[in-house]
Parts: sequence; structure tokens; C-alpha cells
Amino acid sequence: MAQHLKSSSKSILLNILRHNIGFSSPSHASRHLRHNLPHGPLTTRLSPNPITRYCNTMVDTLSSIGSHEDTNSQVMDFPGGKVAFTPEIHFISESNEERVPCYRVLDDNGQQLTNSQFVPVSKEIAVKMYSDMVTLQMMDNIFYEAQRQGRLSFYATAFGEEAINIASAAALSPDDVIFPQYREPGVLLWRGFTLQEFANQCFGNKSDYGKGRQMPVHYGSNKLNYFTVSATIATQLPNAVGAAYSLKMDEKDACAVTFFGDGGSSEGDFHAALNFAAVMEAPVLFICRNNGWAISTPTSDQFRSDGVVVKGRAYGIRSIRVDGNDALAMYSAVHEAREMAIREHRPILIEALTYRVGHHSTSDDSTRYRSADEIEWWNKARNPLSRFRTWVESNGWWSDEAESDLRSKIKKEMLEAIRVAEKTEKPNLNHMFSDVYDVPPLNLREQELLVRQAIKSHPQDYPSDVPL
Amino acid sequence: MASLLGRFCRKLVVPGSAHGSRMISTTACDSEAVKSLNLYSAINQALHIALETDPRSYVFGEDVGFGGVFRCTTGLAERFGKNRVFNTPLCEQGIVGFGIGLAAMGNRAVVEIQFADYIYPAFDQIVNEAAKFRYRSGNQFNCGGLTIRAPYGAVGHGGHYHSQSPEAFFCHVPGIKVVIPRSPREAKGLLLSSIRDPNPVVFFEPKWLYRQAVEEVPEHDYMIPLSQAEVIREGNDITLVGWGAQLTVMEQACLDAEKEGISCELIDLKTLLPWDKETVEASVKKTGRLLISHEAPVTGGFGAEISATILERCFLKLEAPVSRVCGLDTPFPLVFEPFYMPTKNKASSSSSLSSPLKKKHYLIMGLHVWCRYWMQSSPLLITSHSICFFR
Repeated sequence: MAQHLKSSSKSILLNILRHNIGFSSPSHASRHLRHNLPHGPLTTRLSPNPITRYCNTMVDTLSSIGSHEDTNSQVMDFPGGKVAFTPEIHFISESNEERVPCYRVLDDNGQQLTNSQFVPVSKEIAVKMYSDMVTLQMMDNIFYEAQRQGRLSFYATAFGEEAINIASAAALSPDDVIFPQYREPGVLLWRGFTLQEFANQCFGNKSDYGKGRQMPVHYGSNKLNYFTVSATIATQLPNAVGAAYSLKMDEKDACAVTFFGDGGSSEGDFHAALNFAAVMEAPVLFICRNNGWAISTPTSDQFRSDGVVVKGRAYGIRSIRVDGNDALAMYSAVHEAREMAIREHRPILIEALTYRVGHHSTSDDSTRYRSADEIEWWNKARNPLSRFRTWVESNGWWSDEAESDLRSKIKKEMLEAIRVAEKTEKPNLNHMFSDVYDVPPLNLREQELLVRQAIKSHPQDYPSDVPL
Repeated sequence: MASLLGRFCRKLVVPGSAHGSRMISTTACDSEAVKSLNLYSAINQALHIALETDPRSYVFGEDVGFGGVFRCTTGLAERFGKNRVFNTPLCEQGIVGFGIGLAAMGNRAVVEIQFADYIYPAFDQIVNEAAKFRYRSGNQFNCGGLTIRAPYGAVGHGGHYHSQSPEAFFCHVPGIKVVIPRSPREAKGLLLSSIRDPNPVVFFEPKWLYRQAVEEVPEHDYMIPLSQAEVIREGNDITLVGWGAQLTVMEQACLDAEKEGISCELIDLKTLLPWDKETVEASVKKTGRLLISHEAPVTGGFGAEISATILERCFLKLEAPVSRVCGLDTPFPLVFEPFYMPTKNKASSSSSLSSPLKKKHYLIMGLHVWCRYWMQSSPLLITSHSICFFR
């Protein structure tokens, strides 16, 4: 991959200049052209004037009309705008000749590419990003082990996707509302959700903000603007569009951000959401974690397009493909996407290529459908943590000592969090009946009485750790 | 045929006019300004008021911009702007999903599904997102500002996909409310309540009544409470429960029964989820008989829930099995619609309204009771049989 970049770096740079870090858009959207950009960190900002985005997509303004020399060509009106005719029977190919290139800043070894463009990251942010990636990885490890020990009913790790989790969160503002799938706890971590709070939800104790109602990893936090996880795939996508529309109408300097996997892009809600986002001109970021697997289903069984990035254009959405294991690339892409989304009231699609190193969840053994060698290779050779660590260290911002200090601190905190969460009592029984509606209706009040009677008659049928 | 003619020709008459038993009204008093409106105009008025009184409220759906295929959204886009009242792409899952997102941010989203027959793509969003939004988040979030409106029910020529009554599917979902108005005045008040209720509501509008029903509707902003059934006709011999357009049919059945000397109590449930069991229970304890009628297919229809609940609560008071006079277990047919529909005559001949007991048999039973009383002087035996005559 690095070879390829070196040899064709110039053409890639031209592409980048033309398409604003690779966001594919019609060529006449010249407002975002950056002339004479220096290599290295981006220094120019977007045009301060809000753009009427219809100019990009209305067919009327296509410059190609009228320039045909062929007298057989005509231009005619149809609903939807003018379209040039052609006498040739020509089918648009099912794919481009080459796959959409993938934006990255660091090479596989964590060395910054010489011609890379990226948004600069301060020492403070970089160190926090790296620390949080380590924290996320360790948290996942320890919770996973806890489930194996029978202390947790279930867990799902984000191994391999730490850069997507943390770097995207770092590039957003706390006011941006998040609609996660279920493999993005790093966004919560970045925003300040504590290890104790994570543990409380996993153990479903009375301190769980979700009041013990859902399985582990179904986090939610209104104070951190992170909507509660639901296990249904891609249902959060159209919700994010509605939330984005609200932010636009309320003129907030914020966007909605929603995450989903390669599998999620097959769901109807994906198509519904992208289409709505484009039509409603909603400031929403669609971040696809293309990690190659939807449980046991590889992407070759998921779609036949060039991944997910090409689907954006079908809906009139500016899109980019990013190396999801490159923290700096993720940060830059999300940062730029956010600015565009809010300033121009448009959706952006980001396809972050990555690899799901862990099993789908604790209910899955992925060695049954993929080789252990493949998993190991991605874990070692393409690890997002080691790549970013190299870059952070190269700036003199990290060391082995800092690493071991961090790791021992996290381990201690995690074990304590689990210890406390485990012995904290469960939520009261009345929370089974509250919040179904704003106020419990009569039928629920009756049912609670019936349940309580049943508990009195047959206490042995019921767990003793739920306070009555 | 009488029932069909009834559907095509009659107007829904204002409660209080001379049609047998007094109807109880719980809405506006006579002195307030009223206007004669049909159902779609009443709904239109409610939407105008909703958008007027809350600047963070939105109305959207397919074809909503020009006024909607049933004209319920006439004038809204012109008055409140295309940012608040707008067309959406043709995608019910997107419409409802988008509405949930808007509502989750504290807005009121009044979403239109063009026909209830097309609501199913949104079923996942309604069941797995809207209904559980508050509960799963531990009340950190909610989408109570969401109201989904959809025209439902037979229209005379709608066939499979313009006539469905899908209320039963939604009544099985804890976390949402299901509301069905019977008339223009009810619709305006119930819709405003639904929009302002802090829970997601599915609001089915009887499309048959959009033009057919005309009523005096108060012009001001008023709300009719949810989960409160209304006894719209008092009676002593039998309780009839229904909702929406079916009530006009049942009302006819009540009038016919009255000619036979049967006094019918008619209840409009209004809210199906959560439903007002107490009102129905009190009524059945008084009358001893229950007949439920709905257009939706009988098997698994909401009538089954009412029947089972009343059986549990009123078993000893029941003099006859609960009757359900409903649509048949077929897809809603076109040519066969008149055969499919639960007509007033089907209601009249149902077992509740027509007991197998003949008049003379009843007199004998009455005599038996009287004799036992004479012998045992127990007042309880008398009160367990009220004096009614049934065909």
C-alpha cells in the first residue's frame, strides 16, 4: 500500500486538491478548490459564505450542456432538469475502473507520509487520543475476560477499531449528537464516560443510567449527547437525520453523527436515511466502520459495489474513504466533514476501512469462519494503536514509561470499577414498569401488583438481588 | 343493503339531536364559537393550532406540501413555511425514523403516512425505536413528541391496500399509544391531545368520514383526554364497544334494537392503547352483555383483547358470551366488500343482541325465580336476572 502511494503520490495530490481531501463531488463545485496548498497540515479554511448546495446537484447547471459538437446531440427538458441526449447506447459501468482511493496520513508503521494533508493535532489532543485508545482496548479486554469468567452476561469488543472510535470523537464537538450502532463506546469514553459508568451498565446495577433494562454495551448518556444503543441494525440512521434537521432549524453549531458497519449499509434504513439527509439538507455525518465482517458474513456476501463510499454519490452525498486504522486520517476526515456538514447543511458519508479484530461478540467464535492467522496479522501488523503511538512518540509526546504508567492505572481502575459494579445492587423492581410511558398507565400498575403477589407466593422463582 | 345505503347517504349527526336516547357529550359547551366541519377540515384545524402553538413542531409526509391526498394539511405549508411543513421522499421507514429523530431532540413531529396500509415499512421504527426510546434509555431520552397520523378503514372501493385497519398490530406494542376518533369534533380534540401527549402516538383517522362526517366543531384550541372511553349512548340491556367509523354503524344497530325494545349502551373507546377498561367494565356490569365491533379481521383483532379482559373482570355478571362482529379473516376484498363488512344487521343478529332465550322461556325463568324468592326470601336471586326481552 505504501509503495503505491509513493509512486502515484503526485496524481493523488492533484486529486486531493481537486476534490478537497478526496471528498468526491461534481467538478464544478469549485468553491472548495484549494489552490497551491502546501504539503503537511491544512491551513486554509472553507469559504466563510454559506453555500447554496443545490448548485452542486441541480442538473440545470451542468456545464457540459451545449458544448457537444455532435449535431445529433440534443438537450431536452424532463422533470428533474435538462439532460443531454446521446445517440450511443452506453451503459454506465457497474463500477469505476479503479477503486476509490483511501485517504491516509500515516503509513503502516506510523510514519507520516511526506505528502499527506491533515488537520493539525496538538500535543494535548494527541496524547488524550492515544491514551483513550489504550483505555478502550484495555477496557474491552477486561470486560471480555469478565464475561468469560461468567461475571458478565455478554460483551462486544471494538478491537481493531480504536482509531475510528477515538479519533472521530476527538474531531467532534461535545454538542454534536451521536447515534451509535454498538461498537463505538470510545466516543463515550472520549467525552468523559467513566470506566465505572461503563461497568454499571454492563452489570445492570442501580447506577446504570439505563436502569438495568438492556444487555451490556447498550450505553446511553444524555449529558454526553450519546443516544442509547439499540441492537437493531441501522435503525439509528434515519433518527440521526431527523436530529440533524432539528439542529439546523435551531441554528446550532453542531451536527448529528451516526455510526454503522458494512452490514448496516445493506439495511433499508441506510438507504432511507441517506436519501432523506440529502433531500432535507441535514447536517449529518454517516460514518461507516467497514471492518470486513458482519458477524460471519464477509463483505463479498454483503454488497457488490466498491464498498460503501460509492453509494454516497447515488444519493447526492459527498463521500470519502479513509484508512480507519489511521488516527490522524480519521481525525482530519471527520473534522473536515463536520465543518462542511454544518456550514453547508449537507450530509457527508465517511467510509472508514478497518478490520474487526475481535469476535462479533462473546457469543461468537470467529475462528469458525476466518483464519486465526488473518486475525493475528491485523492485530499485529495493522494495529491502529501502534501506528499512532509511533507518530506520537516521534513528536516526543509519549514514552515507554508513560505507556506502562497508563496501563497499570487503567488496569487498576477497571478492576475496581468491576468490583464496585458487581456488588452494587440491581435497580428496584418498580423500574420494570416505569418509563414505558411518561407515567405508568393503569394496566401497568395492576401488573406490578400481580408480579409482587407472585413474588410473595413463590420467592424461589425470582432473583434475590433485585430490590423490591 | 340498508347498511351500505346508510354508509353512502347519511351524515353523522351531532350528539344531542333527537335520535332516541340521550348522548353524553364531554366536549365544548354550547356558547363557544363552532363551525360545521367535516373530518379532514377538523384535522386540518388541529394541525394549524398545533403548529401555531409550538414553534418547534413540524408536519411532514408524502404529498403533505400541497395539502395532502385527503386535504388534511391544506394551507399549512403556506402559513408555516416549507421548513416546517414539507414533502418527504416516498419512504415510510424514513418518514417515521426522521420523525423519531426530530422528536428525540424535543420537537413535535406530526408525521403522515398516506394510508395505514403502507405503515408497515415503518413498523420496525415504531416498535423497536419509538416505543422503546424512553424505556431503554432509562428516561434519559424520549421521542414523546412523535405523532403518526394515517387514514384507515373501508372506503367502499378501497380493496386490499386502501382499506386496512391495522390497529391491532400496534395495540400489542408497549410504549406507544393508539388513538382513533369517531367524528370531526372528536378528531380535533384527540389529535391535539395526541400531539401534545409526551408519548409517541399512532393516530388512525377513519378515511370514510373525511368528507362524510360533518359536525359542529369548536373553533378554539381544545383537547379531549386520551385513555378515557366515552359512553355516547346510555342503555341497560347490552353494551356495545367500538371506535372510529364503526360507531356510526353500531349506532344504527342500537336504533334498530331499540325498536325491538332493547336498550343499548354504546361506548366509544377512543384510545385503544392504553384502553379504558374501567368504563367498559362498569357498563358491562350494568348490562350483562357485550358486543364488540371492528372492521379489522376478527382473528387477533383488538376485540379479542377487550373480550378477554371483560371476561376476566365481569364473568359472573355476564348473561351471554361476548360477541365480536368484525371483518372476516380475508384480505380486504373489493367486489366482496359488502359481504366482508360488519354491518348493523350482522350486529343485530349477533348472539349478544339476540339471545336464544325466547320471551316465554324467560317468563318461565322469571316465575322460577319468583317462586324461589317466595320460598327463601333471598333478594339476591332476583337481582341476578334483570328483566329484558330479547328476540
